[in-house]
Amino acid sequence: MSCKQSVVGQSGLQFFGKMTASISHELRNVFAVLNENAGLMEDLLLMSEKGTPMDPERLKSLARSMGKQIQRGDGIVDNMNRFAHEVDQPIRPVDLKETIGFWVALSARLADMRGVKIDPVGGEKIIITTNPFFLENLLWCVVDFAMGTVGKEKTVTVTSERGETGIRIRFSGLENLEQTGTDEFPSEKEQVLLESLKADLSFNSDSEEIVITLPEKIHAV
Amino acid sequence: MKEIKVLLVDDEEELVSTMAERLSLRGIDAHWSTSCEDALKRLESYQYDIAVLDVKIPKMSGIELKKEMEQRCARTKFIFLTGHGSEADFKAGTAEAGSEFYLVKPVGIEDLIKKMKQLLGK
Repeated sequence: MSCKQSVVGQSGLQFFGKMTASISHELRNVFAVLNENAGLMEDLLLMSEKGTPMDPERLKSLARSMGKQIQRGDGIVDNMNRFAHEVDQPIRPVDLKETIGFWVALSARLADMRGVKIDPVGGEKIIITTNPFFLENLLWCVVDFAMGTVGKEKTVTVTSERGETGIRIRFSGLENLEQTGTDEFPSEKEQVLLESLKADLSFNSDSEEIVITLPEKIHAV
Repeated sequence: MKEIKVLLVDDEEELVSTMAERLSLRGIDAHWSTSCEDALKRLESYQYDIAVLDVKIPKMSGIELKKEMEQRCARTKFIFLTGHGSEADFKAGTAEAGSEFYLVKPVGIEDLIKKMKQLLGK
């Protein structure tokens, strides 16, 4: 295995682990809420058996809440399943806007833990042929760094668009980009991902942005 | 058991509000917060015997919140709830609360009350 393959493999496993840990934590929360809702329903029924009048609306509300949690859990499992299958066909055409939306759904909780919101801004539909797993890994690496540079709004805005030199993904709202400094970023890990995706990364302190430029198509090696 | 005053802190509103309702039905004076800021603000007007903290709360970890709360209310004792974090989270959490009071979600309400009583020596 080459050094580059080793770095990209290790980075991919770290990314996969981080995301699946976050997903499992979210599922635990769904189970915990369901556990409390079911418990409260049981409490109310036991009280009713002992003569305390029961409000049917309260039971209906609990049943609705449980239904919502089941839908939430179903969405989390759908994302987990999609993420697990992301590596089935390494290079394939993807809808960039949709892929960014999926990646934001995966990353939102981790960003939330740092008090940051990732805001995907809708743009035109762009189909690119790329490695979606590497792309999602790179997007995470960039946003992980970018979250340390956000301003008062605590929001990283992610925009995709066609540019003169390729497809651009812009991370904006990075008010502290200049102060944070960019000496240690991108590191070897990001460099290898950029190389694998035939992409470039640039900083723009004036517009407080990090920009990734991707080709419309990469080929399997 | 009304003398036990508990603050539940977790960003899952439905979890803490329902848990608080169930604790109240069992005679415990239970309040809840979904943010560290709100939890700290509550300490300005209330002294809690026990705080049940999620290990991972946005902006500030449960462990950091514990340290802040300890400075404001020395009598409060702590139980941590976790959705299964990393090995590092486990070590940090059990070091702060003790492995007996580091509980994995979902937690049975009677088990939680048992832990509260144990913590308060009741």
